[in-house]
Amino acid sequence: MRRPELVCPAGTLPALRAAVESGADAVYVGLRGATNARNFPGLNLTPRELAEGVRHAHAAGARVFLALNTYPGPEEWPEAEAAVDAAAEAGVDALIAADPGLLARARERHPDLALHLSVQGSATNRRAIGFYHERLGIRRVVLPRVLSLAQVRRLVERLPVEVEVFAFGSLCVMVEGRCMLSSYVTGESPNRCGVCSPAKAVRWEEGPEGRSVRLNGVLVERFGPGEPAGYPVLCKGRFRVGGHVYHAIEEPTSLNVLDILPELVRCGVAALKVEGRQRSPAYVAQVTRVLREALDACLADPEGYRPDPAWVAALDRVSEGSTHTLGALDRPWM
Amino acid sequence: MRLSLAPIPYFWPRERVEAFYGAAAGWPVDVVYLGEVVCGKRLELRLEDWIAIGERLAAAGKEVVLSTQALIEAESELARMERLCRNGRFAVEANDLGAVHVLAEAGVPFVVGPHVNVYNTATLALLAGLGARRWVPPVELPGRVLARVLAGRPGGLEVEVTAYGRLALAFSARCFTARADNVPKDACELRCRHDPEGRLMETQDGRALFVANGVQIQSAAPCNLAAELDAMREMGVDLLRVVPDATATAEAVALLAEAVSGRRDPADTARALAALRPGAGACNGYWHGRAGLDWREALPA
Repeated sequence: MRRPELVCPAGTLPALRAAVESGADAVYVGLRGATNARNFPGLNLTPRELAEGVRHAHAAGARVFLALNTYPGPEEWPEAEAAVDAAAEAGVDALIAADPGLLARARERHPDLALHLSVQGSATNRRAIGFYHERLGIRRVVLPRVLSLAQVRRLVERLPVEVEVFAFGSLCVMVEGRCMLSSYVTGESPNRCGVCSPAKAVRWEEGPEGRSVRLNGVLVERFGPGEPAGYPVLCKGRFRVGGHVYHAIEEPTSLNVLDILPELVRCGVAALKVEGRQRSPAYVAQVTRVLREALDACLADPEGYRPDPAWVAALDRVSEGSTHTLGALDRPWM
Repeated sequence: MRLSLAPIPYFWPRERVEAFYGAAAGWPVDVVYLGEVVCGKRLELRLEDWIAIGERLAAAGKEVVLSTQALIEAESELARMERLCRNGRFAVEANDLGAVHVLAEAGVPFVVGPHVNVYNTATLALLAGLGARRWVPPVELPGRVLARVLAGRPGGLEVEVTAYGRLALAFSARCFTARADNVPKDACELRCRHDPEGRLMETQDGRALFVANGVQIQSAAPCNLAAELDAMREMGVDLLRVVPDATATAEAVALLAEAVSGRRDPADTARALAALRPGAGACNGYWHGRAGLDWREALPA
């Protein structure tokens, strides 16, 4: 049985250290600037911090991937190219990118730099992944969260590249790389700006109907008294369709694959990814520790593996809506 | 400048599709894109049926292009996409890089559809080298960014901008129409066939925001770029694309055709287009580098 790599997020050096200490096999980070999909204020590393992070992780036997997963326009292009060079110079173990032109440039300038296709690459079938492999030389694909477990298994069987899947964290309902809900309402999207439903567009209001939250003036959610109020991403808001008000796209919830860990390991995925470069070092440490423990238990005895209720509770406590789902991995979710 | 008709985004019965294209044969559009782009379960028309419709349009002088599905997951969808790419009769619009890969292998020139992520000249040049001869930019690309990308445009590549109609904003594995009816996707009974223009999603304070169209989310407001005609012409846009709806596609095409030929003022055309769907609003924010749903009124003529 292949031992999947546990890939954890780090928005800062303390988070990177926390991930490594808590059992991550690899850590993915971003460079400060508009070149990656967690472009939040106060997050991401400078080139010098990146080099330090790489040294620290390598000394502990962990790998470091640099995510450069926006689609740079002509104005951002020089910064994106510089980030590719910074990644190579810092000695990262792989570059995670989505833009075909940028991947081509990375391959040309740094032929020894391993390339991973970001989830933002939106490659959901073996022909699309084949494009990135044959034309651009990617060695690993991070699969969008739209595939069923059976589809993941078939891709692992048929693809000449490694397959990485999301294991825990916020759930994108839409196929990544092709969702413009955020830019339609706020002007900023994951593809162009590395953000979804940006904090600067959020406005909370207290009123007779309860607590309302708007994104750039558009009402996303209204919370009744005592109702837990989550962050207003558009796909987790309540809208009126055909006279009913409900979570028309998805409820606030997080992805959690603990229930099907043996199936994922058995189908041969190369890596399990934790979402959340915007999260605190404490969060990263806690989630990494739980997943490390679960994965080790699963690898030691896949037949006897059962998700420990303590793991599930620990992860639910840090989940959106304090609940979890298998998402598209489980067909009835669709 | 020429006009094109995007694929019908909704699931219409065969008779309605055929009647629509029977009428479109007489409209002042130059290019017609055909096919099911949204959902692999909508199999009312097979490839042969689309080709037959294409033949009638071609006989009426239209350039016909077959469009591939945007989000392809299942092997059955992949097989249909590959067959469409190798149809041997009409050009193909690739709506994911899987289709680009198949078309490049087959050595068939193609159109890069709006669901492929091209945001810079390097990617555009890469795709042009693989056989792209026309590019429909992502709808969120601002006009000034488009102008900069086009400054380095590969030779011979045409550009087509979505100028009127609801915008495709997102795709999912989940079906939002089935969800609205509280049925599983695997037992959806193709309920989207009862929504000729999808289902409106309003905010809780009554603003029409999105439209659920099966696994796709659209903008509720139609995009309307008629007032930007001169700017588009200046930066070298070759075609304007109209996204069909069940309300007023013929009228929208007629208005844009008048504007393109210089018989109608662009700002006046924008206002006339906005009047086609009273109460639906209009949007042009993406073009101006703002939130997509914003509407910047054209200056009076």
